[in-house]
Amino acid sequence: MSSPSTVTNSSDPLALELCSLSKTFTLGGGMLHKSRTLQAVKDVSLRVPQGQVMGLVGESGCGKSTLAKMLLGLTSPSSGDVLINGKAIANANQKALARHIQPIFQDPYSSLNPRQRIAQIVGLPLRIHAIGTPKEQAVKVDEMLEMVGLPKRAAQQYPGQMSGGQRQRVAIARALIMRPDLVICDEPTSALDVSVQAQILNLLLDLKDEFGLTYLFISHDLAVVEHLADRLAVMYLGQIVEEGTREQIFTAPRHPYTQALLASALTPEPDLGVPDIGLGAGQPDPSRPPSGCAFHPRCPMAQPECSQQAPALSALDQATPKSNQVRVACHFS
Amino acid sequence: MSNLSSTERSTAPASPLLSVKQLRVDLPVAKGTLHAVRGIDFHVERGEMLCLVGESGCGKSMTSLALMGLLPRKAQINADCLNFDGIDLLTMTEHERSNLRGARMAMIFQEPMTALNPAYTLGNQLCEALRRHQRVSRKAAHDRAVYLLERVGISAAAERMRQYPHQLSGGLRQRVMIAMALMCEPDLIIADEPTTALDVTIQAQILHLLRDLQQEFGTAVIFITHDLGVVARIADRVAVMYAGEVIETASAQALFKTPSHPYTQGLLRCIPSPGKTPPGSRLQAIPGVVPSLVGKLHGCAFCNRCDQADEICQTTPPLHPIASGHSARCHFAHPLASSAQINTPEVVS
Ligand SMILES: Nc1ncnc2c1ncn2[C@@H]1O[C@H](COP(=O)(O)OP(=O)(O)OP(=O)(O)O)[C@@H](O)[C@H]1O
Ligand SMILES: Nc1ncnc2c1ncn2[C@@H]1O[C@H](COP(=O)(O)OP(=O)(O)OP(=O)(O)O)[C@@H](O)[C@H]1O
Ligand SMILES: [Mg+2]
Ligand SMILES: [Mg+2]
Repeated sequence: MSSPSTVTNSSDPLALELCSLSKTFTLGGGMLHKSRTLQAVKDVSLRVPQGQVMGLVGESGCGKSTLAKMLLGLTSPSSGDVLINGKAIANANQKALARHIQPIFQDPYSSLNPRQRIAQIVGLPLRIHAIGTPKEQAVKVDEMLEMVGLPKRAAQQYPGQMSGGQRQRVAIARALIMRPDLVICDEPTSALDVSVQAQILNLLLDLKDEFGLTYLFISHDLAVVEHLADRLAVMYLGQIVEEGTREQIFTAPRHPYTQALLASALTPEPDLGVPDIGLGAGQPDPSRPPSGCAFHPRCPMAQPECSQQAPALSALDQATPKSNQVRVACHFS
Repeated sequence: MSNLSSTERSTAPASPLLSVKQLRVDLPVAKGTLHAVRGIDFHVERGEMLCLVGESGCGKSMTSLALMGLLPRKAQINADCLNFDGIDLLTMTEHERSNLRGARMAMIFQEPMTALNPAYTLGNQLCEALRRHQRVSRKAAHDRAVYLLERVGISAAAERMRQYPHQLSGGLRQRVMIAMALMCEPDLIIADEPTTALDVTIQAQILHLLRDLQQEFGTAVIFITHDLGVVARIADRVAVMYAGEVIETASAQALFKTPSHPYTQGLLRCIPSPGKTPPGSRLQAIPGVVPSLVGKLHGCAFCNRCDQADEICQTTPPLHPIASGHSARCHFAHPLASSAQINTPEVVS
């Protein structure tokens, strides 16, 4: 039942495929200011095979959450397609989509209804989809709360009575209670302390094996991404600049931005201090992206041609099978 | 007195910028009283970076809200001493408190959306933060806001000033919060997870900025974070909290080299360590859950999760000194006994 634009390889069924996905916002336009456009996501193509974890990393503001919202049908793309299990989501309804794809968001505060008890919040998807009797639903909610490490009494509390980390566990319970195929994790553990993070990452890995889940995992914590992801995509200013397997990216990053990112990761070694990676403060204005390669004004390797021509995201070695390919958008890699 | 040289005078121990003794925060809840902060002691020197780490829900945010005078209305605060640069914070009027807030002590909140007003532009909010406390022109306030937005790495700052909070990514909002806290050049900044929403390159930039401020203006920072990598790289001293108490304090070096409380040791084992932890393998987590903070806690708060717990742990452990500036609230944390009793975690590298 795949749509015409899918080019799925029968050997590796794709849970998720993005085809030239773009999102443009229109900004401002008050009385004195002309409106401008901001291309938050630009021509992103990505394939995530079933059962894999695709890590998505990149500068803050580079468009990761916007990408996630398009996959969830929360924002419509300006152009391009999203295919879930080979089907385009443009013509699927929200409710049907929700059975297959569920989010765990970055921000555990605004994503939970403050007027509902935790049991109601976690059980809501079951009620919407009319799964089981109220009694069965309550049992499932209790099981789920236990799985994410919340005490029984939490069921009767309101989000406002919980700490940031406790609320994030609620959000995870709510996403996983429907046992979706694909989970979009947008910074799921950034509000958690490391011991809970370890439990949640273990839980995400267990559930992945048990239910064959596929994850798109957005995080700023590179050690966590390295632990979890099979493949990794690196974004800069709305575009993917490098994509490859975990080993390739962590051991031999090709794109200068990926290299800068890895060099800035802080390992717990007290004597090393904070590295100065020399990118400068000049994060570009996304509504006025630089010409040519978007990274060139900050790139230590930039040459004249970099400001003139944008490098394409191309496979380093066309002969490698798609599942092992590294794609890099740099004139010099 | 006449022959007291200036060097002698400056080496006399100055009182710390902030000193906290036996701070308690209680919250009434349906089933009784929740003791969110249970008698903590700490101090912060001028220009010092104190990192506060600990389990989610252990009272880090409540501690900072207590210092800022921003606790929820129903919360009860008690302390033997809560002193900021000679000022007693406990007996201050609400009016004096709000004059201090923003001007001399500023907070960067854990969740920027709760602190930014969705109805006003960033420019309005940033300038208001300064003009409430200082008589400066609109232009001067605007210029300082633009300068600080640039310092926290926001491009096209003058234009961003006209945007509303919802138009920004999570990381941009957080940086606006940081700029806002810096508007009045405070003496103390309490930063509640200021960099968790940021990518590591921008995180590095913000950490450099905080370090610069400390060097330029002697700003003291209480930095709350879950990220042990950040702690290791920036902290002068670290206070580890568990269930509303400080259970270990040490310099960053000492904490990572010789963690002495079993909870601290457990924390260091939880983080995936590239090159050591096989990808996809199970991470070590600390089993069990934090005890309920409602009602009275008996004995060591960590004993239900501690693999070294003994009968003695049913009694409240004192804060044992381990070395100079290093102490831990554990019956087994003696300077000599520690290596024998407690298996130190693998050295993380
Ligand atoms: N509703 C909106 N209107 C206008 N611009 C927007 C809107 N939502 C996002 N943007 C802009 O799109 C860009 C990408 O934002 P997005 O939230 O996707 O970033 P992100 O990669 O998730 O960042 P972070 O890591 O900080 O969460 C940013 O420049 C942001 O300001
Ligand atoms: N408004 C409130 N009413 C009742 N209890 C609360 C309230 N806010 C927080 N608590 C409780 O107070 C305790 C301390 O919470 P606090 O927010 O200080 O934790 P934290 O250490 O900052 O955690 P995190 O790392 O998750 O932010 C927690 O047990 C929490 O459930
Ligand atoms: Mg985001
Ligand atoms: Mg907190």
